[in-house]
Amino acid sequence: MFFVLLTAIFGPYFTVQNPYDLSDIQLADAYKPPAYLEGGDAKFILGTDQQGRDILSTIVYGSRVSLFIGIVGTLLTCAIGVTLGLISGYFGGKIDALIMRIADVQLSFPTMLIAIFLMSLLGRGIANILISLALVGWVRYARIVRGEVLSVKKQEYIEATKVIGLPNFRIIAKHVLPNVITSIIVLSTMQVGSFILTEATLSFLGLGVPVTRPSLGMICSDGYQVLFSGLWWVSIFPGLYIMLIVFGINLLGDFLRDELNPKLK
Amino acid sequence: MAQYLVKRIMQLIMVLFIVSLLIFVFTSVLGNPVYLMVRENASEEEIQKAMEYLGLDKPLPVQYGRFVKNALKGDFGMSYMYHRSALQLILERFPATLEVVIVAMLLTVIIGIPLGVFSGAFPKSRFSRIVMVSSIAGISLPSFWIGMVMILVFSLNLGILPVSGRGAVGSILGIETSLATVDGWRHIILPAITLAVQNIASIIRLTRGGMQENMRQDYIKFARAKGVPRRKVLFGHALKNTMIPVVTIFGLQLGSLIAFTTITETIFAWPGMGKLLIDAINSSDRPIISAYILFVAVMYVFINFVVDILYTIIDPRIDLNN
Repeated sequence: MFFVLLTAIFGPYFTVQNPYDLSDIQLADAYKPPAYLEGGDAKFILGTDQQGRDILSTIVYGSRVSLFIGIVGTLLTCAIGVTLGLISGYFGGKIDALIMRIADVQLSFPTMLIAIFLMSLLGRGIANILISLALVGWVRYARIVRGEVLSVKKQEYIEATKVIGLPNFRIIAKHVLPNVITSIIVLSTMQVGSFILTEATLSFLGLGVPVTRPSLGMICSDGYQVLFSGLWWVSIFPGLYIMLIVFGINLLGDFLRDELNPKLK
Repeated sequence: MAQYLVKRIMQLIMVLFIVSLLIFVFTSVLGNPVYLMVRENASEEEIQKAMEYLGLDKPLPVQYGRFVKNALKGDFGMSYMYHRSALQLILERFPATLEVVIVAMLLTVIIGIPLGVFSGAFPKSRFSRIVMVSSIAGISLPSFWIGMVMILVFSLNLGILPVSGRGAVGSILGIETSLATVDGWRHIILPAITLAVQNIASIIRLTRGGMQENMRQDYIKFARAKGVPRRKVLFGHALKNTMIPVVTIFGLQLGSLIAFTTITETIFAWPGMGKLLIDAINSSDRPIISAYILFVAVMYVFINFVVDILYTIIDPRIDLNN
């Protein structure tokens, strides 16, 4: 995972070209297979696409977009979900009922379908993807936090803090958040991975990032169009890299869950 | 039971109401299909005519009222692109989608559950470790990538399976389906595997988790001590108690499979309703999008209903009225 992050941050300093700078690419370099195959060029380790872009460079640049969306999307989702969960659990009543009804309806649909629908309405764009992801992802956070608030609320020491007149905000921050923080960390780790996959899929369908800032999914989608003319490396390598990233994240998530969950020890 | 049914039906109506409202608001506020229908340099008059043809010149509440009235009759309007009834188009494409989903579900059960049972029962064995690592890999793979690799390996390199399309259809019980012909099976197998990989992986993980928990219980030790054969302990005792979460996830997966057919069908040019949806989105074909979403919403409520019924069969202690 550190490798993936380092690549995304510093990678652009080492790639042979900036694949989205027109002055940097040469049409003469197009259709080159990976370096280890016959006809490959040592300069382009993973080959080039139909416009002469170096695949390794597109992967490095694409992973920046993908990771950005995964991480920022998760932070946004987390913020919305936790806030709504706190409100829902702490104040109860009508707000709680409303939020939970919306959550129920949303949970009866697969996230992918909601995301496809939202993107078809909002149109392509990185901000729109972040909005869609946050709208599909908040429910799980809200539920965890709400459940915890409800169970904490019943305990006597909370009553006690109320009696001595601590403000609501302090009670929540001091007594509720510490109890849910581990679940949220684990959930967020997994969420980054699943958001990267969702974004890749949306982009593959043409409902994701704009053409000017391609993510890994978008690169695969472009590559798919030339798959049948034998240029398999254009789409297969970026897809493989998505798997590597998400695989790493899921392993980390599994590890964190086992480490942080006292019940399993 | 009757009480439960009433509750479910009320829930269905509520879900449909919210969904229809959302669909209506979003589709009417965003994107204007008129400009897709008329010529590029159409005059005001032509645009006005097209708006009237589509009923877009009326105020929004009137449009919603008409939308609901027609939807109840199963009429979502004519598709802007195909000039045919939207619901009819979806129903025509539905069997194609359903058959891929069914084959994918079968693969999930046949491969996923036994592997999950095995790796849960013998977590230390080398085979279980391989299964676990591959299942994490499985949930980390983008499904379109699996599809592309399948096409590359089996169709382009080995040339043993067709790249796209649905192949010949035959008829089983009066329904046209690819499952009736050999050619149909040859076409269906790659999309079905592509669709199933992630499901298999998550079913393995779930079954394994449940099995591990159950294997530690006393009744399993007791059964073993009593001399019940190992296979019967695994599949009869332990698996039975793992089934509740598995059935839940199964229901959810059936739903997400239908969503993911949009991707699989796009890759394999499979003429199902998922591809219809993507095409409709790309051409702002509102009636098809609305009809699709409502159709799928009804289907999900139905799936949840069936899952609930299954609970009571698996575990008689569950009372649906609570």
